[in-house]
Amino acid sequence: MSSDFLEFRGISKSFGPIRAVSGVSLGIKKGEFFSLLGPSGCGKTTMLRVAAGFEDPDAGRVFLDGRDITDLPPNKRKVNTIFQSYALFPHMTVRDNIGFGLAIAKRPKAEIRAEVDRMLELIRMADQADKKPDQLSGGQKQRVAVARALINKPDVLLLDEPLAALDLKLRQRMLIELDLIHDEVGITFLYVTHDQAEAMSLSDRIAVMDGGRIEQIGAPAEIYESPRTSFVAAFIGDTNFLEGRVHDCLDRDYCRLSIAGLPEILCFNDKVLQPGQPIFLSIRPEKIHISHDRPEEKAQRNCVPGVIEDVIYLGSNTKYWVRAGGYRIQVLRQHDRYFLDEKPIRWKDPCWIWWHADDGFMLDHFRKADEGLLAVPPQSVGEPINGK
Amino acid sequence: MGSNILRRRRTEWLVTLPTLVWLSLFVVVPTLLVFVIAFRPANPYGGIGRGWTLDTIRALATPSYLLIAWRTLWISLLTTAICILLALPAGYTIARAPARWRNRLLLLVIIPFWTSFLVRVFAWKSLLHPDGPVKRALEALGLAGPETTLLYHPAAVVLVMVYTFLPFTILPIYAAAEKFDFRLVEAARDLGARPFQSFRRVFLPGIRTGLVTAVLVVFIPALGSYIIPDLVGGPSGEMLGNKIAQRVFTDRNLPHASALSAVLVLAVLAPLVAVLILQRKGKKSDIIMGEAP
Repeated sequence: MSSDFLEFRGISKSFGPIRAVSGVSLGIKKGEFFSLLGPSGCGKTTMLRVAAGFEDPDAGRVFLDGRDITDLPPNKRKVNTIFQSYALFPHMTVRDNIGFGLAIAKRPKAEIRAEVDRMLELIRMADQADKKPDQLSGGQKQRVAVARALINKPDVLLLDEPLAALDLKLRQRMLIELDLIHDEVGITFLYVTHDQAEAMSLSDRIAVMDGGRIEQIGAPAEIYESPRTSFVAAFIGDTNFLEGRVHDCLDRDYCRLSIAGLPEILCFNDKVLQPGQPIFLSIRPEKIHISHDRPEEKAQRNCVPGVIEDVIYLGSNTKYWVRAGGYRIQVLRQHDRYFLDEKPIRWKDPCWIWWHADDGFMLDHFRKADEGLLAVPPQSVGEPINGK
Repeated sequence: MGSNILRRRRTEWLVTLPTLVWLSLFVVVPTLLVFVIAFRPANPYGGIGRGWTLDTIRALATPSYLLIAWRTLWISLLTTAICILLALPAGYTIARAPARWRNRLLLLVIIPFWTSFLVRVFAWKSLLHPDGPVKRALEALGLAGPETTLLYHPAAVVLVMVYTFLPFTILPIYAAAEKFDFRLVEAARDLGARPFQSFRRVFLPGIRTGLVTAVLVVFIPALGSYIIPDLVGGPSGEMLGNKIAQRVFTDRNLPHASALSAVLVLAVLAPLVAVLILQRKGKKSDIIMGEAP
């Protein structure tokens, strides 16, 4: 039916009263590095366990290469899992761990030996073959887990937060290593993580999940640059949410928005909107420019005056919180020569912020729960509108 | 630095001393006495004669003894095997049960201890009695004829021994299974193992500590059983423990009883030593010897 290699169709799964996944459909292409990204409890691990065969979905089917595998036990599926805890067998050596799958498949001893040697070479651990897992470092355990899965030449490799247990430096090295392995073996990866940076840097495509549903599927840049829901915008990177109404739509590409306390805001439009319709706008802090002097008025440039409320200097960049209208807007400024700036922007300084109309995004969906993330503190949300 | 270590050594000795004295006085010395008496002749008044003799040891080689020794061994091995086979699924199930069920199930395992061991064995005696409910039920089902004997049979000994020792096997296996990381079983299944393969190749090695304890906890007391074969075994179910009692209380032949006891002590030590050696091989292995009786 489709060109999808691994396909979930309408998967639902509950654990007692908790609905972990509700009606999720998802297609993953052959050879793709696909990530399921979301906070803990969003259902991403359940999806992975459904693919591995550890959980039976309450509804829906799973297809691998066009074949329905929903009812197959884990050992009959051509998928292998890398567990968050690695789950290496503690009573076996590295060699026996890696060769486990082949030994179960009753392959000849000499062949197993050769295959394991090849894998040990791939993970550069030939000299550690006779060690037990508890003698290995976290990164080494992780590599053994990868080798133990890959040796079976699975159709899909399932990775369940494989880097979560590693420290930051090691995580970055393993990221590169996983990427290289993916390029080298060319099999399909389904990667589950709550870490947006991991997902962004590795994936061909990402599905952002929340509350057992998929919020958005797309390439990393798509998801970052044009988040469709408040959840995606806030989960991946920082953002400012502004609440307003559509004033008018100038042409097919741009809309003017009325946002209480701010001048009229021009925004890129990819939707069908009616004047007066309420709308939520998302602008990333690094898309907003900041200066003491009033910027030059330009077409498609939104300029807003404000006052600096907070400044955090972070070395390569500075975070500013600017009070503008009723809103508290976060701005991230990349420095190139901080001391040579005639006049660094300081606390309580009046200032101007501006951004291009293309850098703001109107959201399809704004969750009630994200109201706390609005650029105004929640108790004063209504303030500029009611004029109190 | 050096004196510090010395002082710590001395403290350790002082702390351990009472235990060592106790063990030497009440375990090591009596055991050695048993070994010594085995080489002394008996006297007609039930005491120990003068001089030394090897006759008692030679007398152990008679076929009737060998038969009983063999029976003691196979009854103990069979009991151990059945206990382990029953305790494995039981311990596994309890360990995997939801937390609120776990304590209730464990309680069920422990409940038999609330009744005296002797009373429970007598209960079995009346259950298995020719006029008892089990025999009648079997007859009603046509599974037993009027001549079938349930009581006074080696099978009855095995049955009651399994009943007695089963809780002692379930507990260490449960304790090990409870600590076992069941994600390892998932990993094995994921790598192609069938349920039984993952059980045998990953779960069993994972609970090895508990298994060894369970085996020792059944096998060693089983070898020395006395009350169970005495009450439900009859002449065809006699074990070494019964013979020792007969030599002491009926024949009043202490050297003979000592010789039999010495054999039993050696038979009990053998599996312990075997485990110790295995342990050395598995270097910093975690088999808890302290739990072996």
